Amino acid sequence: MNFKAVLLASALSGALFSVGANAAELTVGFSQIGSESGWRAAETTVSKAEAKKRNVNLKIADAQQKQENQIKAIRSFIAQGVDAIFLAPVVATGWDSVLKEAKEASIPVVLLDRDIDPSGKELYLTAVTSDSVHEGKVAGEWLVKTAAGKPCNVVELQGTVGASVATNRKKGFEDGIAGASNVKIVRSQTGDFTRAKGKEVMESFIKAEGGGKTICAVYAHNDDMMVGAIQAMKEAGLKPGTDILTVSIDAVPDIFKAMAAGEANATVELTPNMAGPAFDAVMAFKAKGTVPPKWIQTESKLYTQADNPMAVYESKKDLGY
Amino acid sequence: MALRLPRIGTSQIVALVLILAANWLVSPQFFDIRLQDGRLFGSLIDVLNRGAPVALLSLGMVLVIAMRGIDLSVGAIMAICGAIAASLADSHSLPVVLGAALAAGLACGLWNGFLVAVLGIQPIVATLILMVAGRGIAQLITEGRIVTFNSPELAFLGGGSVLGLPTPVVLALSMLALTLIIVRGTALGLMIEATGGNPRASALAGIGTRLITVAVYMWSGLCAALAGIVAAADILGADANNAGLWLELDAILAVVIGGTSLFGGRFSIILAVVGALIIQAMNTGILLSGLPPETNLVVKAVVVLAVLLAQSPKLGGHAAGLGVLFSRKKA
Repeated sequence: MNFKAVLLASALSGALFSVGANAAELTVGFSQIGSESGWRAAETTVSKAEAKKRNVNLKIADAQQKQENQIKAIRSFIAQGVDAIFLAPVVATGWDSVLKEAKEASIPVVLLDRDIDPSGKELYLTAVTSDSVHEGKVAGEWLVKTAAGKPCNVVELQGTVGASVATNRKKGFEDGIAGASNVKIVRSQTGDFTRAKGKEVMESFIKAEGGGKTICAVYAHNDDMMVGAIQAMKEAGLKPGTDILTVSIDAVPDIFKAMAAGEANATVELTPNMAGPAFDAVMAFKAKGTVPPKWIQTESKLYTQADNPMAVYESKKDLGY
Repeated sequence: MALRLPRIGTSQIVALVLILAANWLVSPQFFDIRLQDGRLFGSLIDVLNRGAPVALLSLGMVLVIAMRGIDLSVGAIMAICGAIAASLADSHSLPVVLGAALAAGLACGLWNGFLVAVLGIQPIVATLILMVAGRGIAQLITEGRIVTFNSPELAFLGGGSVLGLPTPVVLALSMLALTLIIVRGTALGLMIEATGGNPRASALAGIGTRLITVAVYMWSGLCAALAGIVAAADILGADANNAGLWLELDAILAVVIGGTSLFGGRFSIILAVVGALIIQAMNTGILLSGLPPETNLVVKAVVVLAVLLAQSPKLGGHAAGLGVLFSRKKA
């Protein structure tokens, strides 16, 4: 096939030639974890779109939450001689041998969304992930700014107990409000990252805090719990977004609907676009040999009601969330 | 109609009262009830409202357990039926939506009953199949995302109220009454107890044990379907990954707390519902208490252990499933 020949030629041409022209025909294999959440599905959709934008041939292998499937997929990508491999690792350990095989085949590996065990640091090119401590911090800083010095009692809906994302988002938020003595967390319970539990926990918070009168803001570790909490506030006769401020993390489409209706105030985005920066890093590496930093942190963008939530909703609703 | 009053039940009622009293101690406004938009509003109402899905599940589960069976699939059936209801809600009328979801629940129950009564597979294995596969089916229906809907009719089943009481509570009470009438108002209850106590002797005595077994699993499926509809209506969406997750265990626990033995035979429908309320009263109390979430499960374990120990024959209570186990180990 002509395509294979070009690939072969580009491999043989070496450093003397600029391979920028070949970037248009880059082939990347992506071992995706599966589709365990809406965010994961959106990540796959966005990866395809980003690949198309850059004229990259993206091959996606769905591992269905199994590491052995991911290892198989990586071996098959190596056998096919792809230009780069993207890996969203389902677990942190056990990657050394397969990543060595990729290294021996001179195929750069980029980790997406999650990191692996430190022992394998030299085995991959870079990791593109979000910093969940930073996400919590952005949320906390927004609240401090919005409270503007007035006393503000916050109730917190935590993620699943023991989940690293929950621990980090809690810590980040606490860091964010650390400098403001007027903002303090008065209640904190787990809502297991789900709408139903978020609603149930918020119902109890409202009753325990004098019908919600002493609550100034809700902070939820994800948007789904906040969607449930918003319903609980409405059923209790409170006006979420006005009586009680809301800030949550993830930026799923439904929270933008609530923001457009004035029922939610802010959300911090966990971007599904991990592949975009990864493509750019690989292309720069292939073209000019630019070695990217070991960690590329994605932007944790804050959205408020001022950011035209309905337009964001329209752009996100078909991504597969 | 011979509605039998429960002969046992003192320990369950005492436990419920003690937990409610403890809730009052940690949160003095626990018994405050006011009207909010024509709907009763207060922590006590929350206990009833949040307890409704598990109470519904326990209505089916108690009969299954009385037949010496167990139904692990009810949580997954909730997810399937919630997914069906939410997917159809905005394009079809309420009777179609409910009909489809309830029919799916009955079909799931029929499948379980077929595996247990006709193929003779052990109940725990037979229903494990649907427990695992069912959540996958629900995810297929929702395509892995949370399917939301706007239909006010369906939303009414979760967030509405009838005479001030939240609709889920009214639904659970209606199902309780219906179950009591069907089971205790006829000889069916006696046949279930007989089959659970000794299936062979009951079959020889002329009881259609196979038919009753299938019917009981179908009833469990129907109750689970209703619980699934309530759960979806509550959050205005179907969350296939989380709807009804682990609720089969809460339902089994409610039945056991209610004094029904896992070895089949004698059962109490009302006390199973009281068991569900005990579990929910405890959950609500933990949320109100302000304890750190890391302690949630420990507190629950201690309370459940205390309730079950109070029923243990060795400690002067009545025989519960776990009570029997304990006494056998010690003997």
